[in-house]
Amino acid sequence: MNSLLEMHQIDHYFGGLKAISRFNLALQAGEIVGLIGPNGAGKTTVFNLITGVYAPMQGEIRFNGIPIHGKRPSVVSNLGIARTFQNIRLFSEMSVIENIKVAYHSRQNYSLFSALFLTKQFRVKEGEIDQMASQLLEIFGLPARAHKPAGSLSYGEQRRLEIARALATDPSLLLLDEPAAGMDPTEADDLLNLIKRLQKDFGVTILLIEHQMRVVMGVCERIVVLNFGETIAEGTPAEIQNHPKVIEAYLGGSTA
Amino acid sequence: MRSLLKRHLVITALLLLYIVISLSYRFELLNTYVMQLIMFAGINVVMTVSLGMINGFTGQFSIGHAGFMAAGAYSSIFLTTVIFQLTGTALPGKTLWGYLLFFLALGIGGLVAAVTGFLIGLPTLRLKGDYLAIVTMAFGEVIRTIIRVSEPLGGPRGVGGIPEYTNFTIVFLFALASIWLMRNFLLSTYGRASRAVRDNEIAAEMMGVDTTRQKVLVFTISAFFAGCAGAIYAHLLQYIHPDNFTFMKSLEYLIYLYIGGASTISGAITGAVIFTFIPELFRRFQAWRMVIYSLTLVLVMLLRPDGILGNREFRFLQRSQK
Repeated sequence: MNSLLEMHQIDHYFGGLKAISRFNLALQAGEIVGLIGPNGAGKTTVFNLITGVYAPMQGEIRFNGIPIHGKRPSVVSNLGIARTFQNIRLFSEMSVIENIKVAYHSRQNYSLFSALFLTKQFRVKEGEIDQMASQLLEIFGLPARAHKPAGSLSYGEQRRLEIARALATDPSLLLLDEPAAGMDPTEADDLLNLIKRLQKDFGVTILLIEHQMRVVMGVCERIVVLNFGETIAEGTPAEIQNHPKVIEAYLGGSTA
Repeated sequence: MRSLLKRHLVITALLLLYIVISLSYRFELLNTYVMQLIMFAGINVVMTVSLGMINGFTGQFSIGHAGFMAAGAYSSIFLTTVIFQLTGTALPGKTLWGYLLFFLALGIGGLVAAVTGFLIGLPTLRLKGDYLAIVTMAFGEVIRTIIRVSEPLGGPRGVGGIPEYTNFTIVFLFALASIWLMRNFLLSTYGRASRAVRDNEIAAEMMGVDTTRQKVLVFTISAFFAGCAGAIYAHLLQYIHPDNFTFMKSLEYLIYLYIGGASTISGAITGAVIFTFIPELFRRFQAWRMVIYSLTLVLVMLLRPDGILGNREFRFLQRSQK
């Protein structure tokens, strides 16, 4: 069976620093997989390698069989991989709904001529874009804020918008980078349910980086543990929770 | 409903403006000098708004905009003046044929500038910040220098005898059309993509926007309008010279843009209009004029770094459904 995403023997260095070493990963369609490890273990580097921010020094990355290593992020995005960022990267000067609408630029596009001369095609397509964006905002509970600048939203709302924006690109693979950062247990539970809904309603495969074990254990079917750029353990939440190497890496274990 | 009324209001206001100025000139309430100033304002508006597309809306740092103006100016006069001068034929003058040639030259001026913008943009727009700025400034000089050493283009002597095809009506319509088109671009998905590049380039890439392609696109379109403005400029001054298009000229448009407000079209228009007329108002202060000028700059940058208009756009330039 062909995996949705395959990372094969990936090496990546920053100068003399080995960020990722002999990294392998296979994601099957529909899975929710967690990627955990202490700070600096290389988790975000994995995301950056998949999304084309970095080109791996060694190894291959394939998405639906297509090699994507070394391709630029916009190409990777258009192939169906979306991602949220650890430090929120919203278009802060643009309105909430505009943040979503950017996702449609490469997909629902109308010609330059249409845009310049306000043709019927322009008006029809803009209407469709507006509708799709509004629907997404509804689903994520943000419609009241549609025309406010994205930077004016509360932290939790901004995080939700990040995810909504990523989903607007209609991905088959969604990479979530610490979506629960800064959330208290109640908010984290809401997020947990949201992620489950994403899998169910949107049919996306999810790779999740997260430090809050409450979320990781609650939502991941499989977990990969990184330390110093290498995979030290892989398995179900139950297996990982009691894995000696994992406990050692975190030194003191996790608090739910 | 209100937006429809607003748009009618705007059209009426513009019509009124046109009529008032035209009649004032016709009945000698405005002299030729002031009329020329008004036409300069129109040209400066287009130059500033087009620069705003790159620097304000896409967040890049292009400081060689006068180069595109030069490309447009010189390629247009080649068709309407230089060809005739070189072959010794008589210029068509203000005949129908002459004007048709002028409009063709206008388009060609824009296209040549656009191609120039594209060729420059492609390799350089991968650069960022200071590096991009330096390269754009350099290219501005390169264009100017190429013109300066081209004998057919008059070289260091410049080209004179350019027929005065530009008049108030043409400048007015040109400015209107340019602003309208650039506004439409910026209010479309292309404008959103540009602003996304400005606000967070990495995130924009991750949303499927090819940021290099977007920057080159904006650069090219902006250059087109600057080129057209250059063509109109040349046919107003009737004599152009490479020294009309130095870095100082680029700097002028940068000042107009940043003082007026770089992130809006309204800001660009305001900056251009104010700075076209203010030096004239202060003319009697002679050398102190430059001091006042510079002081104003410093004050605005200290007190209102977002520009006079900040982030606000005139109502009629916004999208009708908000």
